[in-house]
Amino acid sequence: MPDQQPNKPNGVPDDANTELSSAFAQTPTLGAMEVEGMLEKEDLTHAPEVSTEAVGLADREVPRSLWQDAWRELRRNPIFIISGILIIFLIIVAIFPGLFDSTSPLQCDLSKSQQGPTSGHPFGFDTQGCDVYARTIYGARASITVGVFATLGTALLGTLLGGLAGFFGGWLDAVVSRIADIFFGIPILLGGLVFLSVIPSRSIWIVVAFIVVLGWPQLARIARGAVITARQQDYVTAARALGAGNARLMLRHILPNSLAPIIVVATIALGTYISLEATLSYLGVGLKPPTVSWGIDISAAADTFRNAPHMLLFPAGALCITILAFIMLGDAVRDALDPKLR
Amino acid sequence: MAEPTAPEVAIEAVMDKQVERGEPILQVRNLEKHFPLTQGILIKKQIGAVKAVDGVSFDLYQGETLGIVGESGCGKSTLAKVLMNLETATSGEVLYKGEDISKVSGRALKAIRRNIQMVFQDPYTSLNPRMTVGDIIGEPYEIHPEVAPKSDRRKAVQDLLDVVGLNPEYINRYPHQFSGGQRQRIGIARGLALKPEIIICDEPVSALDVSVQAQVINLLEKLQDEFNLSYMFIAHDLSIVRHISDRVGVMYLGKMVEIGSDEEIYEHPTHPYTQALLSAVPVPDPEGREGRERIILAGDIPSPANPPSGCRFRTRCFKAQEKCAIEEPLLAIPQVFSGQDTPAAHESACHFAEDVDIVGATNGEA
Repeated sequence: MPDQQPNKPNGVPDDANTELSSAFAQTPTLGAMEVEGMLEKEDLTHAPEVSTEAVGLADREVPRSLWQDAWRELRRNPIFIISGILIIFLIIVAIFPGLFDSTSPLQCDLSKSQQGPTSGHPFGFDTQGCDVYARTIYGARASITVGVFATLGTALLGTLLGGLAGFFGGWLDAVVSRIADIFFGIPILLGGLVFLSVIPSRSIWIVVAFIVVLGWPQLARIARGAVITARQQDYVTAARALGAGNARLMLRHILPNSLAPIIVVATIALGTYISLEATLSYLGVGLKPPTVSWGIDISAAADTFRNAPHMLLFPAGALCITILAFIMLGDAVRDALDPKLR
Repeated sequence: MAEPTAPEVAIEAVMDKQVERGEPILQVRNLEKHFPLTQGILIKKQIGAVKAVDGVSFDLYQGETLGIVGESGCGKSTLAKVLMNLETATSGEVLYKGEDISKVSGRALKAIRRNIQMVFQDPYTSLNPRMTVGDIIGEPYEIHPEVAPKSDRRKAVQDLLDVVGLNPEYINRYPHQFSGGQRQRIGIARGLALKPEIIICDEPVSALDVSVQAQVINLLEKLQDEFNLSYMFIAHDLSIVRHISDRVGVMYLGKMVEIGSDEEIYEHPTHPYTQALLSAVPVPDPEGREGRERIILAGDIPSPANPPSGCRFRTRCFKAQEKCAIEEPLLAIPQVFSGQDTPAAHESACHFAEDVDIVGATNGEA
């Protein structure tokens, strides 16, 4: 093979185009100019189809990772900024409700029962004569805690179990999938009535734990499917051929490529969990007064919707904004993690 | 591929001669890969096996290219996977410099992976869409940190991009921003990163446009010269295999049916299957085309779970006789040619081997 070298005409430069030139260079009838022209036409070092956005030299020189790129992308995405501001605001409300309201949600005056909005009480009063604005502000803590932590819990547990089942397959997959089937088989409301009614203290964390225990199979199934799809891709085989261990395969290759459906399902589930908490409270097995939550207020207001719609609209509106903010955040993160959408 | 020019043919002739038969770098002995067929849900009972690779032996020498051809489903890709230790061999040996690598695992396997790398068929699925090109080509260094110290890695990655003919400034681009040919170059750069001695190319150009195929093939040849690589080149396309290979092996239904230098296989095929394959090669010259005979095989490739007795090719062979169903022909120099100094005297697994010049009418090149 090295003998091939002397056969090359001297005029052809030995640079990155050499392998192209070998297709033509052996033809002695072609002049150097013509060879150069052909090389230019087929030169791959300057790809025309790649977008020619102006990138600085520093940008091209410093290597970046997917997560750095995703963060750069997110910072420029208005949807991410809007949802981020909303979520930060909601978290501040949940942690420091006193900053936004001077009255107490538990200071009620029955004589004002179901009165509409008035000056100083912009959201009106509920059946007990409590200030709806104060209850909406103070209810944020319970609702957001349940929603966020139940979603985090189900997503982490579901992704972990479903992901491991999908990655390793075999008996682990069989065991995890059957356990998930068992939990799937329990109707969530019946499960709530059975399990939560035997627990005397029903703090927020008990409700969160209950939702996580019954909610993880949904995420586990999504994660398992996504991981199985990603596991069969050639790039995973390629990494394995390089000698990559299971941890690297899972974290670098499979996880980033199976996150998208998990993020979508988890953000939609967040709203479901907040309303599930409301339903459980309505059935008397969720949070109990004096805990204030949007769920409790929404279920209480549903009965008197025709007489006093403001009692329903304000907590329900707060719930909608919260869910919307998280879904928008999930959408923005999912898009930022997909380089094809940039 | 383009019609060969006179110098190109001359070069091929030179290349053929200078293949040195020193110590083989890779020796494959009776390699078998059977995929079990099971029945039952709880208690799995094996009811048979798909014999994807069933007793394959060959040698790969330093700096040479061994082409492997055969139709779909004959076990070419499984052979590549077994050699890469991506599938464990059912039996047989893969000797890398005399050491059996088919049964190693853990750290020893990781060390061997540095020396044997792979280029994949489909450049659209073999690159992680969520990794930058710099990460993809740099990953081998993260897995084998001893190859390049951390401070040199970016430089090493950019050098590799340069070697395969891509702009070194592309490290922060993602695979979808490249064309098929460029992606395959990225895949080749990744395979080269660890400075392997052997690269197994599993149909590296069959997913590419014909115009791009030539560029990638030329790149592979250039890299072979530069780094003294040994290639095992698996492909469907007989003319590409002839162009790049020093020796060619023909596979049928999990077995090697004929193996020899490219001239021996292409000019003097002795196995009827090789002859049939070669007669299917399109000939760009109408005059040459008229003079030749097409061998059309009847039927489909039999199931590898239940291969025919005796010679596996007998069900579709135009020469099959009773002997073929009883006695399995071994891969050896056929008796009719043994002791003779003809190019037809190369290993061929046929009882009725016969030297037929199939592509001779086309001046030896497709």
